[in-house]
Amino acid sequence: MLRFILRRLLQVIPVFLGTTLLVYYMVFALPGDPIAALFGDRQPPQAVIDTLRSQYHLDEPFWVQYGLFLKNLFTFNLGNDFTGQPIAASLARVFPVTAMLAIEALAIQAIFGVAFGVFAGLRRGGWFDSTVLVASLVVIAVPTFVLGFVFQLVFGVQLGWAKPTVGATANWGTLLLPAVVLGLVSFAYVLRLTRASVSENMNADYVRTATAKGLSRPRVVMGHILRNSLIPVVTYLGANLGALMGGAIVTEGIFNVPGVGNKLYQAVLRSEGPTIVSIVSVLVLVFVVANLLVDLLYAWLDPRIRYDQ
Amino acid sequence: MTSLDIHIDEADSTGIKPLLEIRDLAITFKTGGGDVQAVRNAHLTIMPGETVAIVGESGSGKSTTALAAIGLLPNNGRVSGGQILLNGEDIAVASERRMIELRGNSIGMVPQDPMSNLNPVWKIGQQVRETLKANGRPSGPDDVAKVLSQAGLPDAHRRAKQYPHEFSGGMRQRALISIGLSCQPRLLIADEPTSALDVTVQRQILDHLETMTKDLGTSVLLITHDLGLAAERADKVVVMYQGRVVESGPSLELLRNPQHPYTRRLVESAPSLASRRIQAAKEQGIETSDLLAPAAEPVAADHILKIQDLRKVYKLRQGMGKSSDFAAVDGVSFDVMRGTTTAIVGESGSGKSTVAKMVLQLEKPTDGKILFDGVDTSLLKARELFKFRRRVQPIFQDPYGSLDPMYNIFRTIEEPLRVHKIGDAASREKKVRELLDQVALPQSTMQRYPNELSGGQRQRIAIARALALDPEVIICDEAVSALDVLVQAQVLNLLAELQANLGLTYLFITHDLAVVRQIADHVCVMEKGKLVETGSTDSVFESPQQDYTKALLNAIPGAKLMLPPEVA
Repeated sequence: MLRFILRRLLQVIPVFLGTTLLVYYMVFALPGDPIAALFGDRQPPQAVIDTLRSQYHLDEPFWVQYGLFLKNLFTFNLGNDFTGQPIAASLARVFPVTAMLAIEALAIQAIFGVAFGVFAGLRRGGWFDSTVLVASLVVIAVPTFVLGFVFQLVFGVQLGWAKPTVGATANWGTLLLPAVVLGLVSFAYVLRLTRASVSENMNADYVRTATAKGLSRPRVVMGHILRNSLIPVVTYLGANLGALMGGAIVTEGIFNVPGVGNKLYQAVLRSEGPTIVSIVSVLVLVFVVANLLVDLLYAWLDPRIRYDQ
Repeated sequence: MTSLDIHIDEADSTGIKPLLEIRDLAITFKTGGGDVQAVRNAHLTIMPGETVAIVGESGSGKSTTALAAIGLLPNNGRVSGGQILLNGEDIAVASERRMIELRGNSIGMVPQDPMSNLNPVWKIGQQVRETLKANGRPSGPDDVAKVLSQAGLPDAHRRAKQYPHEFSGGMRQRALISIGLSCQPRLLIADEPTSALDVTVQRQILDHLETMTKDLGTSVLLITHDLGLAAERADKVVVMYQGRVVESGPSLELLRNPQHPYTRRLVESAPSLASRRIQAAKEQGIETSDLLAPAAEPVAADHILKIQDLRKVYKLRQGMGKSSDFAAVDGVSFDVMRGTTTAIVGESGSGKSTVAKMVLQLEKPTDGKILFDGVDTSLLKARELFKFRRRVQPIFQDPYGSLDPMYNIFRTIEEPLRVHKIGDAASREKKVRELLDQVALPQSTMQRYPNELSGGQRQRIAIARALALDPEVIICDEAVSALDVLVQAQVLNLLAELQANLGLTYLFITHDLAVVRQIADHVCVMEKGKLVETGSTDSVFESPQQDYTKALLNAIPGAKLMLPPEVA
């Protein structure tokens, strides 16, 4: 098992280099001059522009810029962004906020998605199943920004149950409303996945055998249907954690959450290569770790899967 | 009221009350096309300690009847009439709560397929333990081990900590038997308990089951498609056909003197009871002597296949970069004469399928030669190999897995012709029609898809596809093992007929010695990669030389039953 984990961690290196190189190149290839954009309508003296350009190494060729970025990264000095702020410090501000949001959203999806999915799957074709299926279809069909604004208006403004915007006061409580919005869409997928998996496993031979042994219905469901049904769901949830950590640009925008999505969006607008690539670097790590966790969980859920061979 | 009187009468005359009594049972399934009656007017009585077998083909309602007796009908099925009396209590109308009490404690079950009936994610011990616990019995590690070792699992304490995938099929079935009998039920329902296992394992398991149920005084309701097995193991046999009980009675009596036409057909085609090779021409009623036994007068020593000292070694990984050699096939030599059938027999793991794969050039031999028509096949270049494949065609075991579900039947049979660029569209269509005629399927089958056909029909399609290229040799890898006895008999007859008409050579891979007797001229018995015995079918069956062959022959269910020759 240890060898497997080690091998997986070593795989990070080529993945990491590949993704950062690609993202760095795409930012480099963006049209427009980021320094000119900093000054808006004013035309700064050429000397100021040149100084700034050389300060951020924008006058260097692509390979040199990328090399300098790597060098900075390995000396744990991510450099400054175009406003002069250290990038490391701003990452340390945004990532915890997005992590909280992601965990809350993931918990909502996992708990409600699995619970509703199991009930729907056990009584396939029943009224609960039909209702939940139609509702989940609606949730999938409505775009996030519509859902976001409606929730903000109804629960934030009209009912006043939550703060309509998060702003600087990001904590578990204030992030709950955006987390619900963020979690709803994947909740629908988790629900459908669980439902399909449960209703398939219900007809498995070993479930019938379990009933024939004299086990009560709850024991059959908990012991023989649920665990076997969770295997595909766990895979989906793990992949989803990575996506959630990437920040939800739309949701964070609507609720003014100072998270990764917002930061990334602003950096893209300003063509700030170092900031974008720094965020992506962290995300690559998050993805790799999330996938590794999924694989380990997978082996725990299904003893037939062994990674040593 | 009348049924109650009969019940009392029976009890009075013997002094013992029946344990299970099924009266006028009707079972209905709700399907998309309306209600379907799967079982009607079924009658059955099991006395305490008695073993009763229900025999029939798939779809006859035998499993459905058994499932109703433990209240486990699928959701769309229900008992629509009659009674199922367990000790006088009608369990057809019992509540689910009452059924949970009865299951395990009073009625145990041993299911059919040991591969799918244990939950893959729980340890064996846990699956035994929860049974004991649910039925209010002591369930400590020692109790679990005791239950497992009673079913003949050695080293039970350690085995209890293993997962199902670490068990062989036979061991899993032992685990399932231990679960079924763990709470000492009065009635055990055994639904084809050994049909997925090798014959020798099957025999051990059935022997053990018999001993255990005798000791415990358990009644057994045995469900099987194999009349020979039923007759050997049960006191009484009930024959079901299309949802009805067509005949029932004491086993030997029923076997020796079958009354119903269906029972007669079953007795005639039961592979374990038939004693002679199928004579295709005779089946057709043609009495021409050269068609009668094509195998009897082969062209002198025309060996189409010569296998010489064949070896196949696999490397087994043992972790940490180490590996050990495993000889799946070890020094096998035999010849196959043109126009005859040679069977390779053995249990799973004996290497028989590996030999077939090497002959088909799907695996490369580690050592040894395969001469096809005098040419060493290992020296064939890509183009020659392509031509070789035209002359040697396979038919595989699983007619469900070996046909592409997205291809219709026409495309399935036409594909080899297209691949080998034979004829044009019109002539290929003509050929496909001819092939369907040859395998006795209507030409309209062309437009259908595999999932619309039965197992037997699919295997006919597989045969038609194999015949498309006019091959000389057909390799049948367990080609009839997945089929019901009657269908199996039909397919075997078809193969014999095709051999007579087309002069085909068959290499038949099978674990079923009963099938061998029906189709083969020569037999090669394999054990653990080695050829242990070879000879003509008659000589091997009448005077087997090796202990292993004797064990295999003894394991054929019903082999020892004495039948008058006119029935067999």
